[in-house]
Amino acid sequence: MRASPISEAVNDAIVIAKRDLLVWLRVPAFIFFSIIQPVMFVLLFRYVFGGAINVPNPGGYVDFLMPGIIAQSAAFASFGTAIGLAKEIQLGVVDRFRSMPMARSAVINGRLLADTLRIAITTVVILLVGFLVGFRFHDSIVQAIAMVALAIVFGVVITIVSAYCGIALKNEESVQSFGLVWLFPLTFVSSAFVPVQSMPGWMQAFANNQPVTIVVDAMRNLALGAPSGHDLLLSTAWLIGIAAVFAPLAVRSFSKIS
Amino acid sequence: MKNRSHSLSGVHLKNAIEATDLRKSYGTVNALDGIDLSVEEGKILGVLGPNGAGKTTLVKILTTLTRPDSGRCIVAGYDVVAQARQVREKIGLTGQATAVQEELTGAENLEIMARLYHMPKRTAKSRALELLDRFDLLDAKDRAAKTYSGGMKRRLDLAASLVGSPSVLFLDEPTTGLDPRARIGMWKVIENLVGGGTTLLLTTQYLDEADELADEIIVFDKGKIIAKGTSDELKRSVGGDVLNVQVAEEEDLAEVSRVLETLASTSANVSNEELIVRIGVGSRGSSALAEALRELDRLEISVADISIRRPSLDDVFLQLTGHSTAEGPGTSSSKRTKLKRGEANES
Repeated sequence: MRASPISEAVNDAIVIAKRDLLVWLRVPAFIFFSIIQPVMFVLLFRYVFGGAINVPNPGGYVDFLMPGIIAQSAAFASFGTAIGLAKEIQLGVVDRFRSMPMARSAVINGRLLADTLRIAITTVVILLVGFLVGFRFHDSIVQAIAMVALAIVFGVVITIVSAYCGIALKNEESVQSFGLVWLFPLTFVSSAFVPVQSMPGWMQAFANNQPVTIVVDAMRNLALGAPSGHDLLLSTAWLIGIAAVFAPLAVRSFSKIS
Repeated sequence: MKNRSHSLSGVHLKNAIEATDLRKSYGTVNALDGIDLSVEEGKILGVLGPNGAGKTTLVKILTTLTRPDSGRCIVAGYDVVAQARQVREKIGLTGQATAVQEELTGAENLEIMARLYHMPKRTAKSRALELLDRFDLLDAKDRAAKTYSGGMKRRLDLAASLVGSPSVLFLDEPTTGLDPRARIGMWKVIENLVGGGTTLLLTTQYLDEADELADEIIVFDKGKIIAKGTSDELKRSVGGDVLNVQVAEEEDLAEVSRVLETLASTSANVSNEELIVRIGVGSRGSSALAEALRELDRLEISVADISIRRPSLDDVFLQLTGHSTAEGPGTSSSKRTKLKRGEANES
């Protein structure tokens, strides 16, 4: 007896998600990459670079930094998605799943589901470390939750872009180097770690108008209790736009495998 | 099923796989150039050919991974294009496409597969244990698959392809990269599978593998089937068996070659250094051997060694295509085939 396609797609995605999470928990390097590294970044920027960076906001650099570092970690978590997908296509795991009576969408959806959970866990860990080193939300719990939610949605959208890269490139090494090429400038040439005003003019033009700055500004305003309506609207538009372009691309190149 | 073939006993046997005029090209390359084939239920078809002959494309079409450009293909009673979903319920695939996630244990790997076949949790667990036991992996069930040997990984992968109890199984180069001992282990496992009634399509670059396992063999080259038949039929098509007689004394060589020439219509080939007389005896290898022994015994000629050498599938391939299956001299597959031939001579 066959279940309805939708309940089957959900069931299969959950099985794949559990599988991906189990693998994540088994590999110390993955844990390091998604938990220890962001924590080291927090400490590095808070205590090593932070003293030299002047910020205008109340609460000082630690309150400026935390929203940025959460967004950056969420974006970098998508490396795992791209590498994982590329590897499984390369090894033929995806072909194998496609020869089975399961939902074909589950390979992508399951991974996105697992990665969403992974990003959420990373975010919570970074926040806890942030509290230990002096970070505080300046507004109500509602804004705090909204900031965390925005970070996770941002991470998922970047993960969709990475998933497309992984499926299109189908090769672990090229995925890794290509990921650095677009993720590094986007996250570092943004308002995530330093105020954009401190950059040279030509760089500000890029930094001010790219999605990472817009999302980080919205998150920061939510954390600091500043008016955030405009940035939130703009962020939402960017995130929907990126997802609308890259999700169909990912699905299309996935269905073209083999 | 439209087409039925008849076995000798008159029992109706259905075809588990049936392909008609399959074509598939990638750009200007004809990966499959008009393939017709059928496999009876419970039989093993060996698809033999070098790298790039189109074997993997064939498997991809039969397992619903790729659509053919044209042609029709029925697997387990369903059309691979129009009824892909039903086909997937009935087939298993293993070989070049691996399902094993190396970080997970053998048991976890199989349980996940069972869950993807929509078995409830408890059924999935017991199915996994049953297969681990059957493939001699029970002791290693809680170890990460990355700690397994090459042969164990292949067995786990094969077990994974059997989780859904397929009636048709596709093995795409199941022993490529395994050491000789592990290969022979895999062969035993594969032979047992067919004992259970599973139909099997096996691709291989190894002549001895097709020889060992397949009921029928098709030889693939550049997207076409260039020969088909049983291993014996293919070998016979190349020419006949060769009778070798090695004598103890050099002066007997002339007498032996005279005797042998009375048995066959061809002339004998004498090697003075090896003290061997060789003669082609067509398809009547064993009776020629018996006659030769009787006659030489009657003449009281002492024989050091006498053997029938049947042509190997390597000879078949060379004859049919003008090139060997191996990419170059001294590759592992040609060495292995030669080794096997040598062993056969001794026995």
